[in-house]
Amino acid sequence: MLTRLGPVLAIGLLTLPVAFGLAGTVLPAFGYLPALGGKHFSLDPFAVLATEPALFASAGMSLVAGLGTALVSLTVVMLFTAAWVGTPAFRRMERLLSPLLSVPHAAAAFALAFLIAPSGLVARIVSPELTGWQRPPDILIVNDPMGLSMMAGLVVKEIPFLLLMTLAALPQARPVRTRALVASMGYGRVAGFVFGLWPVIYPQIRLPVFAVIAFASSVVDVAAILGPTAPAPLAVRLVGWMSDPDLSMRFLASAGALLQLVVTALAIAIWIGLEKAATGLRDRFAFAGVRLRCDGMVRAGALAMMLTSAAIIFAGLAALALWSVAGLWPFPDAMPASYSLRTWMRALPQLRDPMLTTLAAAFASSAVAVVIAILCLAHEDRMGHAPGRWAFSLIYLPLLVPQVAFLFGLQLLFVLAGVEATMPALMLAHLVFVLPYAYLGLKDPWRAFDRRYDQLAAGLGKRAWLRFLHIRLPMLARPILAVMAVGFAVSVGLYLPTVLIGAGRLTTVTTEAVALASGGNRRVIGVYAFMQMFLPVLGFAVATLVPALIFRRFRDMQY
Amino acid sequence: MKDAGLFIDGVRIALAGREIVSLTRHVAPGAVLTVMGPSGAGKSTLLAFIGGFLDPVFSASGRFFIDGQDISALPAEERHMGILFQDPLLFPHMSVGGNLLFALPAAIRGRTARKRQVEEALQGVDLEGMEARDPATLSGGQKARVALARVLAAHPRALLLDEPFSKLDAALRQQMRELVFAKARERGLPVLLVTHDEADAAAAGGDIVTIGGTE
Repeated sequence: MLTRLGPVLAIGLLTLPVAFGLAGTVLPAFGYLPALGGKHFSLDPFAVLATEPALFASAGMSLVAGLGTALVSLTVVMLFTAAWVGTPAFRRMERLLSPLLSVPHAAAAFALAFLIAPSGLVARIVSPELTGWQRPPDILIVNDPMGLSMMAGLVVKEIPFLLLMTLAALPQARPVRTRALVASMGYGRVAGFVFGLWPVIYPQIRLPVFAVIAFASSVVDVAAILGPTAPAPLAVRLVGWMSDPDLSMRFLASAGALLQLVVTALAIAIWIGLEKAATGLRDRFAFAGVRLRCDGMVRAGALAMMLTSAAIIFAGLAALALWSVAGLWPFPDAMPASYSLRTWMRALPQLRDPMLTTLAAAFASSAVAVVIAILCLAHEDRMGHAPGRWAFSLIYLPLLVPQVAFLFGLQLLFVLAGVEATMPALMLAHLVFVLPYAYLGLKDPWRAFDRRYDQLAAGLGKRAWLRFLHIRLPMLARPILAVMAVGFAVSVGLYLPTVLIGAGRLTTVTTEAVALASGGNRRVIGVYAFMQMFLPVLGFAVATLVPALIFRRFRDMQY
Repeated sequence: MKDAGLFIDGVRIALAGREIVSLTRHVAPGAVLTVMGPSGAGKSTLLAFIGGFLDPVFSASGRFFIDGQDISALPAEERHMGILFQDPLLFPHMSVGGNLLFALPAAIRGRTARKRQVEEALQGVDLEGMEARDPATLSGGQKARVALARVLAAHPRALLLDEPFSKLDAALRQQMRELVFAKARERGLPVLLVTHDEADAAAAGGDIVTIGGTE
């Protein structure tokens, strides 16, 4: 049966690139890479790595970024959900989720940079009236050595991701009933949630939290835009070594990638320790019967944090758009003195090829990912059960292994196979990262589909593929297209897979935008970052409008 | 006369080793066999087994025949069992006419011939001229009648009814019962009805089997 292909393809795509990629990283790390003259195993690459200046600081920065980002974003999500679930404010926030999620990490990082830089929008709005600044102050806000702005940039993107995961886990915790129960015992809203609901929700979002740690501890694009530079976080330095014209640096880069793997694993291990401590603390409060009824401050604080994180992205994107059409814009004016389309006119011809590559890779990878996800879910229906815990965890594999650790090796394999910097290789690399989102996004709507429609159609004499084509596909058109739009947005935002597999010859709007970061031409960055967020928005618009148009005559097909 | 109609031969369904249904019965064309029992007794599971979409968690054995043909090994779509559920389950992305056209066998060829069949099917349930309507705009009773017309349009060989009247209000319920059983008699279709409503069983007028009642 065709559906059997689903799990086979999915498991292959989720495990093989990671496994072969890791192998392709481990061998050079131990000195073995015959193509570059490394014919014997040795520990030399690690010896060279140990002599790199400030290596410890870079690794430490990565570790702190991973843990800090996860801690802050999870805390905000937990408190906000605790304080506001079931209220109109919460539902309004839910509606903002899709647009927030669709903004690529790099665009969000630029957005934050354009706001908080010494000459950014915030400083302009409050100057000179409040600050007296006539010139941008000489302080390091973006690229600060402690990595605070980098973590802030990561946090504003991980909050919507973790909130989405929490929302998916929420119904199983029966929030309304449990809330009524703990409230009747006299617990405050936040305390009741943390004691009564969170212990049910957290195990379900644990893997996504690990994914956040893995991503934040090995991120390259956000770090290149907002992160410290002397020294840079580990992953940024690794990519620098990897793209060094001196090919022997690859041994060093591979050894460094293994260090990255250790750093990320260590971060997750520390997190697991923190989980234990937090559980103990929660139990102590819960068993002491602490009611915490006066939680107004916490509730207000959680709302403020959530709103700020969303506002940063939206305001920053507005700043980006403004810069792209700004003519003269001297400090400290809050608005440009003149507007012009010159930047756009000059950038557009150069944008053509990256745009085409972006669209092709995003469309192909999201379409294939959705097809594979559908095959998997159809196969589960035939088998009568969902995948076991172990198989389900595989979905998160490409999100849990630091990207640099296996992409280095994967790139090497593609080079050896002679397919480096080709579209199929790029699409395959994107597919590995899009597939988890496609499967995770589709499984709930698929399982919520009333199977009696399917049985009824079978009773009408329709074969399985006709039932799928005429009944399930149109009835699930909306979630399927929405998931495709998510996959599209994920692909548009992918930086490292594109840089490494595209090898500088295949570029997308994201790789081009990040490459501009060091140049500091705000108008051009504005154009590229704007396109970066515009493409996903376009995807969501198509995914919303197409089914609305096709099914405009049918009331139950409107949502 | 064992050949004509639906013959259920030694059907046993078990869940985790515990037998929940065991049945051997013959349903003559136009007759109704009513299966009664409390909810969760396995009534719907029996229908699912005969319809061909039993959840793999159940283990089942036994055979069933339509007009002497063993259909127990056929896939669901080749059994031609017309099913009516509690809910009308009209396809929300098709018009009323589209729902019926989808149900009509492909063997009826030609646009005009198919359209005429749809017209007649709608007339048969007093809904003539409703082809272009969006199912969402129909009343509950109208939806139930479209669902009946749809299931009949597919030329089923038997009807499987899964508490199809339980969600209708009292007046409508009596009307629908009469309509469904009249249509089945008119076409000589054996009917398997599962319900927990005594009035359904009385209206059906045929044999009654009770399952799972001992617990």
